[in-house]
Amino acid sequence: MTYRVWFTTLLGCGLASVTGAVMAAEGQRGADPSQVERGAYLARAGDCVACHTAEGGKPFAGGLEIDSPFGTIVSTNITPDPEAGIGNYTREQFADALREGERADGANLYPAMPYPSYAKLSDEDIDALYAYFMQGVEPVAEQPAESDVSFPFNQRWGISLWNWLFADAEAFEPASGQSEQLARGAYLVQGLGHCGSCHTPRGLLFQEKALDDSDEAYLSGETLGGWWAPSLRGGGEGDAGLQGWSADDIVEYLATGRNDHDAVVGEMTSVVANSTSHLTNDDLQAIAAYLKSLPRQSRDDENRQSETTPAQTEQMLTAADVDGKPGARLYLDNCNACHFANGEGAAKVFPSLVGNELVNADDPTGLVHVILAGARLPSTPGKPEALAMPDFGWRLSDDEAAQLATFVRGAWGNHGDAVSAEQVAEVRETLPEDRETSAPDFEK
Amino acid sequence: MAKTNPHVDVVMIGLGWTSSIMGMELTDEGLNVLALERGPDQDTVPDFAYPKMADELTYGVRYQLMQRPAKSTLTVRHGVRDTAVPYRSLGSFLPGNGVGGAGTHWNGHTWRPQPNELRLKSYVEENFGADIIPEEMTIQDYGVSYDELEPHFDRFEKVAGIAGKAGNLNGEIQEGGNPFEGWRSSEYPLPPMKRTLNDTMFEEVAKSQGLNPFPLPAANASEAYTNPYGMQLAPCNYCGFCERYGCLNYSKSSPQTCVLGALKQRDNFAYRANCEVMKVNLASDGKTATGVTYIDENGDEVIQPADLVIMGAYSLHNVHLLLLSGIGKPYDPISGEGVVGKNYAYQMNGGSTLYFKDKQFNPFIGAGANGETLNDFGVEQIDFAEAGFIGGSYFNAAMTNGQPIRNMPLPKGAPSWGAEWKQAVQETYGHTMTIGSHGSNMAYRDCYLDLDPTYTDDHGRPLMRMTFNWKDNDVRMTQFMKQKIDTLSKALRPDDYKLSFKDFDSRYDVRPYQTTHNVGGAIMGTDPKSSVLNRYLQSWDVHNVFVMGASAFPQNLQYNPTGLVGGLTYWAAKAIREQYLPNPGPLVQA
Repeated sequence: MTYRVWFTTLLGCGLASVTGAVMAAEGQRGADPSQVERGAYLARAGDCVACHTAEGGKPFAGGLEIDSPFGTIVSTNITPDPEAGIGNYTREQFADALREGERADGANLYPAMPYPSYAKLSDEDIDALYAYFMQGVEPVAEQPAESDVSFPFNQRWGISLWNWLFADAEAFEPASGQSEQLARGAYLVQGLGHCGSCHTPRGLLFQEKALDDSDEAYLSGETLGGWWAPSLRGGGEGDAGLQGWSADDIVEYLATGRNDHDAVVGEMTSVVANSTSHLTNDDLQAIAAYLKSLPRQSRDDENRQSETTPAQTEQMLTAADVDGKPGARLYLDNCNACHFANGEGAAKVFPSLVGNELVNADDPTGLVHVILAGARLPSTPGKPEALAMPDFGWRLSDDEAAQLATFVRGAWGNHGDAVSAEQVAEVRETLPEDRETSAPDFEK
Repeated sequence: MAKTNPHVDVVMIGLGWTSSIMGMELTDEGLNVLALERGPDQDTVPDFAYPKMADELTYGVRYQLMQRPAKSTLTVRHGVRDTAVPYRSLGSFLPGNGVGGAGTHWNGHTWRPQPNELRLKSYVEENFGADIIPEEMTIQDYGVSYDELEPHFDRFEKVAGIAGKAGNLNGEIQEGGNPFEGWRSSEYPLPPMKRTLNDTMFEEVAKSQGLNPFPLPAANASEAYTNPYGMQLAPCNYCGFCERYGCLNYSKSSPQTCVLGALKQRDNFAYRANCEVMKVNLASDGKTATGVTYIDENGDEVIQPADLVIMGAYSLHNVHLLLLSGIGKPYDPISGEGVVGKNYAYQMNGGSTLYFKDKQFNPFIGAGANGETLNDFGVEQIDFAEAGFIGGSYFNAAMTNGQPIRNMPLPKGAPSWGAEWKQAVQETYGHTMTIGSHGSNMAYRDCYLDLDPTYTDDHGRPLMRMTFNWKDNDVRMTQFMKQKIDTLSKALRPDDYKLSFKDFDSRYDVRPYQTTHNVGGAIMGTDPKSSVLNRYLQSWDVHNVFVMGASAFPQNLQYNPTGLVGGLTYWAAKAIREQYLPNPGPLVQA
């Protein structure tokens, strides 16, 4: 399974098909083509396709299955088919679904649909999105399976209370004195981009602790499905995380999935592939400027340093002084060819492991997953090469992978805790059977 | 009954360097382009991934990435009176198989020809007189000039991310580069690779002899690089698994690392692996092609209609397909008439292996195109009348790898097995370096390709037959180089060294590996009576067939062919885009 929507504990899925009385959306037929085009761009920015398309399925026809401890969530069809999709939604019903999480028949949507974020959308953008979903999307008459959600999570009425507590249905207003660029960035990040859905910590009732920058918890990082979705706050003193990235570094990462520091892995891969790599440079610059404007509070563990400095690790690996250091030996034999003795890899090709957010995350699941299963960059318009790291799970035992991960988390001044063979075994259990593998086939 | 596919604008045969480049160029024009590759699909990950690629037995000895002779081979003989027999076990040359073709398993030596190599016949006649050309030698001009190709060499080098040092920037000779090269409009996109001990030793001794050493132009990235298509190369880690291997590190320039990711993004491009083209189909008048017939991955025969056919298979297969399809008149060595199969040529190489008891070269730190070279004895540097031959070579002190099975040079007299062999290996491994000469091979009336009268492939088609042997002119050339390399070897003061060069009694031997630079057979030129293709690589006879690759070389360069193959492909693409598409027909009036 994928961690497509990490907050699956809330169990919800987008717009349900309409069964009640509906009004035909006559007024919108034959919308302005430029409006449809703008809507298509906004749908990219919102990454609607990510959740509302099954693997190998038709765009926006839903059917993506998301496993959760409470049952299987199946995303819905949001094509303009009148029966299976949302073809009968009026502009107002569409707006209510996006901003208030209210279905055309009045029922509540599960807040897996990021309506607390989409509440920020302007009327003009709602209009454009409506034009696109009615005119620009191919209708698909396929009804995805129903979500199989157990009690009490299948009781949609309870969401009204949740909405009253946590959903803020105010449209975006720029802060006073905010530059046009920062305001645009804030609008995209808080609204369509719904970055907080993954990167803002959640509270007890799975609500995002903040929906905008009025609270310093906003975009300060969260663990989802074991993967660390790092803090996006890039301002203030220090060089942790995005603080060490320039605005151009952020733009390059969002546009191509790679930059001088890092390469995208995990769930963010599809966000880059389907959404951010299609945004204009101006919008990406606005997003970057906004993220760089948010001061970052350093966490205790970031201030902790491992005993080895970058220079010491590099020297030890270069001299192959690895007797009695199984993790370091495994690094030389498996990783050094690309990530090199200094751990820095190569700009835009192989990510640096030094100070890397995934490497140093509290929960090592993401790092272990990459070691075992490998990772592949998306092919983007700017950087088309789907560079990949091969999988090492076929070659390393749980114990070896744990030693290797422990070494990497402690080398070059990194500050991650040791990883156990049991933790590796748990991650190995979750790997899909049909994943791509580079294991040699000696039968060939 | 063959199935017929929907029509495409362009069908390309093979998916290596030339079809990858042509795919980019022709999809830029909005054409629907389909590539048919006879071998499997393959990419860096998972197919070339670390560590399985570093398996010398599988890839270096058993040729996992090469064509299987049982599936595809040719027959070979020395002379027109001999009976050819099949090349059943790969040795002398290694045609690749699968997406990326030979561009995946090469070493990465990337040269431009010297300007006069492209007009060799005229150059010889103007400077030394037509009478120095031996009667049986059939050298020709390419019909395209260095100046015309320069922007296309430059383009290919930027796409492939070549690491090197320019020796001639717009006519200004540059310190540290090759002073004998043709002019270049810009510096190499990447700086030279790191120097190994053999490089610095060779550089010093060459300079002490008044020669002009420089780093080998390498398709092994010296730094991280992004090419004009946005494709990326990673810095080479000198693992020494280049030739016969796919690069595990995204460092070697190949169709995969330099083009295909960008091409695959395009909606108007598609490719099918495991689809082997049987022939190009012609209209009833024989003047235009209607598409191709191929066998798909299920073994079914499929007709693929297309307006334009790009032949981008390996050079030998291009010629084979032309012969099987009846495009152009087959060459007859007796009458000298006909053109298809004419002027097959190879490469004349030799070398010296030097043993130093007290030096450790660490040969496992190597790269396919890691080397120090010199070009003081190049085609343009030699007085052919005085030297008594036509041709030239570059010298190359390379450290490509320290692979244990095949890279185990032993001293003279060492036994080839047993305890004493082990002892010799221990004492010798890592203590040797080499100096190679890589030289031209001229074209001759009786060195050619045609269809074999006896042997057929598994589809029942006649195999192609190669008739080839070494000639005195080229042996004189390599013996000249032997003396120069002997002098350099002595000056390096090794404890021992041995020379290996062809001599006048040498006959072409298909068993030991020599080089995969098979050229000619579908040569370009200025006259349909003496060439298969015009100066734009367009068939003289069937105007909507263009044939890429080294099969177009009228004789072989002193250099490795890929730089010229890349430049010619961009040159042909420009002609197709700017001249052929607006007005389809012959681009040169015969």
